[in-house]
Amino acid sequence: MTDIDTPPLLEARGLTRHFKVGGALGRKTLHAVDDANFTIGEREIVALVGESGSGKSTIARLLARVYKPTAGEIYYQGRPLSRMRSRKDLLAYRSDVPMVFQDPFASLNPAYRVSHGILRGLALHRPDVPKRERRAEAERIVASLGLDAAGDVLDRYPYELSGGQRQRIGFAQALAYRPKLIVADEPVSMLDVSVRIGLLNLMAKLRDDQGVSLLYITHDIASARYVADRVMVMYAGHVVESGPVEDVLQAPKHPYTQLLLDAVPDPRAPLTVGPGTDRGEPPKVIDPTPGCRFRRRCPFAVAQCETVTPELVELAPQHRAACHVAAADAGFGELAVAGRSES
Amino acid sequence: MPSVPMSEASLLGAPLLEVPLLQVRGLTVEYETAAGPVRAVESFDLDVRRGEFVGVVGESGCGKSTMLFGVAQLLSPPARVSAGSVVFNGRDLVTMNAKQLAATRWRDLSVVMQSAMNALNPVKQLAAQYEDVMRAHGEKSREVIRRRSEEVLRLVGIDKEHLSSYPHQLSGGMRQRAMIAMALLFTPDLVIMDEPTSALDVVAQRSLMVQIKELQQELGFAVVFVTHDMSLVSHFSDRLVVMYAAKAAEIGPTREVFAHPGHPYTQGLLDAFPSVRGPKVPLTGIPGSPPNLLHPPTGCRFAARCPHRFELCDTPPDLYDTGHTLAACHLHSPMRKEAVR
Repeated sequence: MTDIDTPPLLEARGLTRHFKVGGALGRKTLHAVDDANFTIGEREIVALVGESGSGKSTIARLLARVYKPTAGEIYYQGRPLSRMRSRKDLLAYRSDVPMVFQDPFASLNPAYRVSHGILRGLALHRPDVPKRERRAEAERIVASLGLDAAGDVLDRYPYELSGGQRQRIGFAQALAYRPKLIVADEPVSMLDVSVRIGLLNLMAKLRDDQGVSLLYITHDIASARYVADRVMVMYAGHVVESGPVEDVLQAPKHPYTQLLLDAVPDPRAPLTVGPGTDRGEPPKVIDPTPGCRFRRRCPFAVAQCETVTPELVELAPQHRAACHVAAADAGFGELAVAGRSES
Repeated sequence: MPSVPMSEASLLGAPLLEVPLLQVRGLTVEYETAAGPVRAVESFDLDVRRGEFVGVVGESGCGKSTMLFGVAQLLSPPARVSAGSVVFNGRDLVTMNAKQLAATRWRDLSVVMQSAMNALNPVKQLAAQYEDVMRAHGEKSREVIRRRSEEVLRLVGIDKEHLSSYPHQLSGGMRQRAMIAMALLFTPDLVIMDEPTSALDVVAQRSLMVQIKELQQELGFAVVFVTHDMSLVSHFSDRLVVMYAAKAAEIGPTREVFAHPGHPYTQGLLDAFPSVRGPKVPLTGIPGSPPNLLHPPTGCRFAARCPHRFELCDTPPDLYDTGHTLAACHLHSPMRKEAVR
C-alpha cells in the first residue's frame, strides 16, 4: 500500500457503468458495475474475483478506457482520467496501463509475425528506443519472459506457438511499453494447468523485478491467492469484499466469498455438500432495486437486506465487506430487525 | 517377472466379477493430415463397470475428447478409428452401422457435450427437442412424451415451465442441466460427458457435479467424465484415467491416484494446482510442452519433461502395477526393480 501523502497508482471512486438493453426502444438498464471504490498501489498485484457477469471485465475495460464510466471517476497517479483528452496524454496513459487479454488465440493478429505487435508498441510508446535498436529491445523483452531462442520466436506466426507461449507474447507486447500497471483479464484461464503456474510465477516476477502492478482478473480464487497481494470479490456489479488476500480467504466476511471458497474443488479437503446446495444462478442486474444483490442466495439474509444496499465497511484492518450481517457481527451498525435465522 | 498383462482384472484394479458395461481395447484414432496421419489416441484400453463413475483427465491435445468421440462413434473425417474395439453391452460399436448406432444412442448411451449452448437447438423449445429424441426411438404418445419430459426436468431441478423455453432463455447452468435431462430421457446405461461444467462458474460447477453424482447413484447409470481439471472429479469419480500424448499415463482408483501418484506426469499435474487452503507453497508447473504427435518420441512420451528420466525411458513403457495404481512409467517396471536388486 502507498503512503497517505502520495496518491495511489490508480484509484476508482464511485465507478459505475450501465448499459441500455432491450433494443432501440428498450428502457431497461443493465447495471454492469455500480459504485465501485478501490485503489491499486505501486508494485502490487490486486486480484479481482467473481463469477461471469459480475462486472469484472467491465472494470478492466473501464480502466483501459474502452468504455467511459456512466458515473464516478478513475484517478491515475492522482489525475482524473476524464480530464485526459489530448492524444499525448492518452498515449501516455495507454502505455502506462496496457491490457493482456484472455484468449491468446484471438488476441494476436494471425497474419503477422509475433514481432509485429511488440515492434509497433515500441514505435508508438517508446521514443527513447531508436528504430534500429527496436529489434534488440524486442528480443530482450521476449527473453525476459522466459521464451527460449528469442530471435526465433519473434519470427514465428502465432499459429506456430503454444497457448502458453502466445500468452507470454501478450505480456511481451504489454511490457514493451514499460508499463506501470498491467490489466490482465483472465490471462491464464484458457491455458493448461501445467503451464498456468508458469504464467502466474511470471506475473509475480514482473512485480518483484520490474515493479509493475497488476490487476489480475480471474474466476479462479486459488490462483488469486497464489499470486495476489490483495483481492477484491465482485458480485453482480458490486465489490462485496476486499482486503489482503490471506485475510479474505482465511476469514471471509461476506457470505458470497464463503460460498465461492466452499465451491473450489480441492482434492485435499473433505466433501462437505449437503442437500439443497446453492444452484449457482447469477442474479439479474437489469433495473435492480435497492438492497443486497446476494440476498436471494444468502443463508443469512435479514429484512434490512431487502431494502438497503450494504456498503463496504472496514471490519478488520484493510479488510472490507459489504454485508449488513457481517457488519453487525463485527459491531458496526445494528440490524434493523432482530431474529435473523441461525444456520 | 514379466510385465503385468493387460487383463481386465488389472485394469479394474480388482478381480473381475461381471462383464464390464463398456470394454475398450486397443482403441486407436487417426487424423488424416497433409503431413501424414496423426494418432490422437493410441492403443487405449478402458473398462467401465455398471454404475461406475470414471474420470478421464488430461491437458488440451492429449486426446481425451477424441477418445470419447471414438467410444461414442461420433468421429467425422479426417478422424477415424483405425484400430481397436469398443464393446458396449456385449456389442462392438466400431463395427455397427449407422442405423444400429442410432438405435443405441440416447436409449442405451448418451453424450453430454462441453457447450450446451451449441448442443441445444437455438430455435426450438426444450419440449420440441425432447420430443424429437423420444419420437426417434418410436415413442408416439404425446402424453407419454410430455410426462417423461417433465419428469427428467424435475430430476435435474428445473421447473417444468421451462419446457416451453428456448435455450437462450436459460442460464448456463440450466442449459447444461437441460442437456443432462435430455440425456436421461431413456435412463441409459452409460452417459458420456465431455467437460460439461467447464463453461460454468465454480459455484454452478460444484452444484452440477453434486447433482450428476446424486442422479448417477439414484438411477444407476455409469459415467465417463472427461475434464482437464483433475481436482474437479477428485470427490466424484470412482476411478481416474490420466491421459498424456494420446496414451493412458495412469489408471487407478481416484483416491489412490491422488494419494500415491505413480506417474511423474500425474505428480506434476497435482503439483500445478494452487490451493485455497493450507500453507502457500511456490509451485513450478511442468516445464516444456507435450510432444508433436505427428512424430511422437519412440520411448516414453513424457521423458523430455520428466525429472526422473533414465536409460529405460528410450523404450515405450507398459502400464505397470505400482501397488496403488497402474502407471505407464519405467520407474515401476519389473525390469528396473530387478536391476535395482
